[in-house]
Amino acid sequence: MQLTGTSALARFAARRDRRLIAGCVVALVLVVLASSSSLKSLYPTAADRAKVAATLQDNPAVIALRGPARGLDTIGGLIAFQLGANGAVAVALLSLLLTGRYTRTEEERGRTELVRAAAVGRYAPPTAAVALVAAVDLVIGLGVAGALLAIGQPLAGSLALGASFAATGVVFAAVAAVTAQITESARAAHGLAAAVLGIAYVLRAAGDVGDGTLSWLSPIGWGQATRPFAGERWWPLLLSLVAAALLLGIAFALLARRDLGSGLIAPRPGSPVAGPRLATPVGLALRLQRGALMGWTVGLLLLGGAGVVDAVLATTFVLGALVAAGFAIQSVLRLRGEESTGRAEPVLATAIGRRRWAGGHLAIAFGGAVIVQLATGVGTGVAYAARTGDAGQVLRLTGAALGQLPAVWVLAGLAAACFGLAPRLGVVAWLALAGAVIVALLGPLLSLPDAVVDLSPFSHSPSLPGGSADPGTLVALTAVAAVLVAVGLAALGRRDISSGA
Amino acid sequence: MAPAIEISGLVKTFGPTRALDGLDLAVERGEVHGFLGPNGAGKSTTIRVLLGLLRSDGGEARLLDGDPWADAVALHRRLAYVPGDVNLWPNLTGGEAIDVLGRLRGGLDPRRRAALLDRFELDPAKKGRTYSKGNRQKVALVAALAADVELLILDEPTSGLDPLMEEVFRACVEERRAAGTTVLLSSHILAEVEALGDRVTIIRAGRAVESGTLADLRHLTRTSIVAETERAPVGLEALAGVHDLHVQGDRARFDVDTSHLDEALRRLTRFGVRSLTSQPPTLEELFLRHYGDDLGGASPDGASPDGAARDGATAR
Repeated sequence: MQLTGTSALARFAARRDRRLIAGCVVALVLVVLASSSSLKSLYPTAADRAKVAATLQDNPAVIALRGPARGLDTIGGLIAFQLGANGAVAVALLSLLLTGRYTRTEEERGRTELVRAAAVGRYAPPTAAVALVAAVDLVIGLGVAGALLAIGQPLAGSLALGASFAATGVVFAAVAAVTAQITESARAAHGLAAAVLGIAYVLRAAGDVGDGTLSWLSPIGWGQATRPFAGERWWPLLLSLVAAALLLGIAFALLARRDLGSGLIAPRPGSPVAGPRLATPVGLALRLQRGALMGWTVGLLLLGGAGVVDAVLATTFVLGALVAAGFAIQSVLRLRGEESTGRAEPVLATAIGRRRWAGGHLAIAFGGAVIVQLATGVGTGVAYAARTGDAGQVLRLTGAALGQLPAVWVLAGLAAACFGLAPRLGVVAWLALAGAVIVALLGPLLSLPDAVVDLSPFSHSPSLPGGSADPGTLVALTAVAAVLVAVGLAALGRRDISSGA
Repeated sequence: MAPAIEISGLVKTFGPTRALDGLDLAVERGEVHGFLGPNGAGKSTTIRVLLGLLRSDGGEARLLDGDPWADAVALHRRLAYVPGDVNLWPNLTGGEAIDVLGRLRGGLDPRRRAALLDRFELDPAKKGRTYSKGNRQKVALVAALAADVELLILDEPTSGLDPLMEEVFRACVEERRAAGTTVLLSSHILAEVEALGDRVTIIRAGRAVESGTLADLRHLTRTSIVAETERAPVGLEALAGVHDLHVQGDRARFDVDTSHLDEALRRLTRFGVRSLTSQPPTLEELFLRHYGDDLGGASPDGASPDGAARDGATAR
């Protein structure tokens, strides 16, 4: 029986990742709840909604990003329009990452070999992964529906929006089960599944702007075809389920044709010698981080381009800066990963001191922050220039994005200080970013006291474009970042390097 | 010239655990020094203090006439290190990892690098994530052995290597020794240390319990004797230093403390020796002697329930 052990594997994975899964589910549902209730308070009357609908529903750029405009005269319709596409993408991303984690990552680490040597069927690992992720998607869907019901939206529409998220998630779980068969490396499998998601988004965008045919080729389009709050239809959900089942079947067929540990595509051999730039602390750090840096840069370029249609440029820049801070923190904390896996040890046993070793990664984090901020600025600038026909906007908005840089550096510096003092403190930097996100996005809604708002470095950033930049504040923020880095490096020179084992 | 490594009274604590508890270790220049102990005895902690990765909590440590903590970078130019558990960057090839580690130290000999890749049969074009444990170990070994250094610090360097590759490793260490390189070889594989080591330090619970040349240490242990004599031997049990004596007719089998070997043989010859086999003590026995009380403490508890269960089964 090729499915023996499926339920045990699914339960084991759920047990192993219960905190991660619970955190993602709660975060997603809370974001939906927060943005829905803010939409509700922004457009309380039918007249308000009619006004915003008029600006949105005939703009092809907005349609391309959000999907078809339906039922914008209701709050539910507005919510589905504003959150639908991004929500589906978020659930799809979570689903494909989790599925890849339970399939190819496990196989790459050699754990699948151990598992399959037990009384476990060949198809059990991917089936368990997809089943668990489908259950997670279902919980998210129910949570989303519950959140919408809680703010007084109709039952059918709430369920349809939740179900459309869940259905899209299940399809991409199955997509990831297929891509996990194709490549040997988990990273490449994740990248392939994410590329399919990107194609699905583009197909839907093209279809929604055009006559709608292409949207039927996209799982995101199937979700939106349920028409939440605009005359719900349920049968498109079946398309998603059938597609997921077919994809899982394809994954089984591929799995049966390959050896454990291998992929359908054999990896190309790499260079047998290191190039001259690689053997420096900065060169090594760049090589280790360049994939991530490129990913964040492209993401922020797109976010910048997407943000412009919302017309609230300053908000896009704050959002972009928060994402850039996320990049910078994870980039600094690569140091922690290098230390905890034991890869730092042989490097530190060479003639590279701790500070130069850390300096290599910090250079990528701080320099990379410049690049991703430029991406936000250029993305926004180009989109804005295309709309207004004023090429000068590119330069103006790029400058505005760079105004957020010192605040991003402060959080990167905090991560460096935490890592220097003790690797496990790295989580403090993430908590600080979470705090900054709450202050920036929900601060006005929650009417937080000024003292709390002032704690976030982003509260001191210039609200460009439009506002003015105070050079003194920017210099002060940069100085804070520099002091934090100095503290981190000094502390790193004093503590024990933890062993990989 | 000062010894390559000189450690006295070294203490390192992790919270309540005393990983090193007054450790002494002296490694002379040009020798291969076996550093023996079971897992958790403190071998890796000692090495990590020597590499300046851990800060000692007490005692003295000198490395190549420098301070391992304060002079780490300068000292690291003169040494190479192989960790026991090699973790490579998944997206770098083995060849790239070798070059990165070698050049960050100050360069490696390209001819020796090529020769070592050949001898260890390592494909340098594969990505780090695809290497097996043994191949990851080879990457670290090539990076260290291709370097022109005064001191090699090897922490269980052959874990994961097959016996053929272990032979290659031994030959490489011999060559480095002949070239005058000092080697600190931490291991729990006794045969390896026995084959390579000039001197040996045995550590246990963070303390050196024995140190000296293999010959010195053998002197402290017992030789096994099996002898066949013309007449049945008597009176052996009265001799000092004789243990585990079994006499069966004209055959005698016993262990004798190496310091009492002479008397035992004199006694045996009185009965007309027809054949004699003597087995010198192995490091294994030496090792077991120092850890034997752990085993002795464990075995009655460990064995008796098992035995009782078996007895119970037969009784039923």
